[in-house]
Amino acid sequence: MSTTATATAPSRTVAPARPRRPGAARHRHRRLVTALFLGPAVVYLLLFYGYPVVQNVVMGFQQYTISTFFTGEAPWVGLDNYREVLGSPLFRTALLNTALFTVGSIAGQFVLGLGLALFFRRRFPMSGVLRSLILLPWLIPLIVASAVWKWLLDTDAGALNRFLVGSGLVDTGVPWLTSTSLALVAVIGVNVWIGIPFNTVILHGGLQNIPEELYEAGALDGATRWRAFRHITWPMLRPVVSVVLVLGVVYTLKVLDIILGLTGGGPANATQTLATQSYQLSFTTFDFGQGAAVSNVLIVVSLVFAAVYLRLNRRAVDE
Amino acid sequence: MNTVTRPRLNTVAGIAVLAVLLFPIYWMVNASLQPNGATVDTTWLPLDPDLTGYRTALAEQGPNLVTSLVVAVGSVVLSLLVAVPAAYALAQFRLRWANWVLFGILISQMIPGIVIANALYGAYADLGLLNSIPGLILADSTAGIPFAILICRALMQGLPPALVEAALVDGAGPVRAFVSVVLPISRNALITAALFTFLFTWGDFLFALTLTTTEDVRPVTLGIYNYLGAYVNDWSSVMATAVLASIPAIVLLVVAQKYVAAGATGGAVK
Repeated sequence: MSTTATATAPSRTVAPARPRRPGAARHRHRRLVTALFLGPAVVYLLLFYGYPVVQNVVMGFQQYTISTFFTGEAPWVGLDNYREVLGSPLFRTALLNTALFTVGSIAGQFVLGLGLALFFRRRFPMSGVLRSLILLPWLIPLIVASAVWKWLLDTDAGALNRFLVGSGLVDTGVPWLTSTSLALVAVIGVNVWIGIPFNTVILHGGLQNIPEELYEAGALDGATRWRAFRHITWPMLRPVVSVVLVLGVVYTLKVLDIILGLTGGGPANATQTLATQSYQLSFTTFDFGQGAAVSNVLIVVSLVFAAVYLRLNRRAVDE
Repeated sequence: MNTVTRPRLNTVAGIAVLAVLLFPIYWMVNASLQPNGATVDTTWLPLDPDLTGYRTALAEQGPNLVTSLVVAVGSVVLSLLVAVPAAYALAQFRLRWANWVLFGILISQMIPGIVIANALYGAYADLGLLNSIPGLILADSTAGIPFAILICRALMQGLPPALVEAALVDGAGPVRAFVSVVLPISRNALITAALFTFLFTWGDFLFALTLTTTEDVRPVTLGIYNYLGAYVNDWSSVMATAVLASIPAIVLLVVAQKYVAAGATGGAVK
């Protein structure tokens, strides 16, 4: 630590302005300073991340309902919550929807984000301004994005249907958010819209780090655009791609605002995911035990991806 | 190569792509300026702007906007107070377990918000923190604190230790050296962290939804959600509220562009 560097020689004499401490006291002082700087953050993280995770694990084994708040009792029920939740057909729907929502969102965001990132690598007037304007969908509150899209996708008066009907592409308005077969697609589309900016910015950053000389050398070898992408851009971009994809999965798994705002998990559970199911079990039916059981499944899935992320990150640091 | 010979064509293409991507934002503004109730036949251009929607929005959501502002500012202050010294310690003190703390912070980013809400609801009910501004500030900082630590630590790692040592030789204690030397040169990281913490909290929906049960303390995000819950017949005031709730994001993009880009990249790649 830096304070030790100032004390050149151990001295027992007390300096008038600032006493130099002997070894043990200095050590204690150092610990005190560390605790002062780092303590609040560690305490906060333990209370607001550590405690909730432990509490969710515990609640998963309890009958923790609205009456718990009055009686203070949450009887131990072993694996009943998991049996009930995992056995219900709704859980299978939610699991499948979560997978489709995540894969669909990530694929859309990534492909479109990469396309835009490649486009913005070209140098042209106003590219900087356009590139920062693209961030807007990502910066506005998610619930605002849901509200706007709910209005755009409205069956009777939404702008999308007015355009489609007006241009003769469809005869009557498409029930984007109220049809069981379309709602999930619509929700994925909105989530892709929200995720494009993030993907574009990160991938663009990655592209900027690829040295120009590689392309010049490639051009001398007669590499066409596609071959330059395959043999230069893609391999060089790989570490950034991994980070974007894994972070994308982790963020998409937690998405709640967009689905609750657009469809509330409906119609007929067509857009119910693990996150919305956990929310509804805990906060609409007030069965916190079952809600915790579902969210524990969500934690496990997230942590698997977290492990992948940390491995990739470590490898990126090592290289 | 067309990148050299036809840059203007690229600009045109760029504007076209952006126009499609940002159409929903345009539509939000357009719909907010339509006369009340006339949203069923919204015109494509707000040629005859009508402010009724905004009047309704301010009357109904004004207090909620203030609540959001108070919670967001409170969360920025709390997050920076907690996160910045921690970031400095992680970056500059040679701690054996610094990597464990960092590991914990990275893992915390993976924890779904609903997990935190599930557990906090019960704890808050016992502590009397439901429907309170401090309760929301504390819960909302779950986004800001880890983010601010990561952003600030990344920058503070680059600080030369000699700077602080010079202050210590001059007789300053570690706290004074931190305040008078480290904080001023870390300005950019502090601004980025503050801006994003503000945006996270301002946009928070999950904790507003789960940790408030009455109308006393209601952030504007929940106000919008409640509009959406029922059948909506007055889209112009919903969209006006949406525009008002987007103002911080728009201001930020105009005023603090470089910090936004720094935050976006810094948050992802440590």
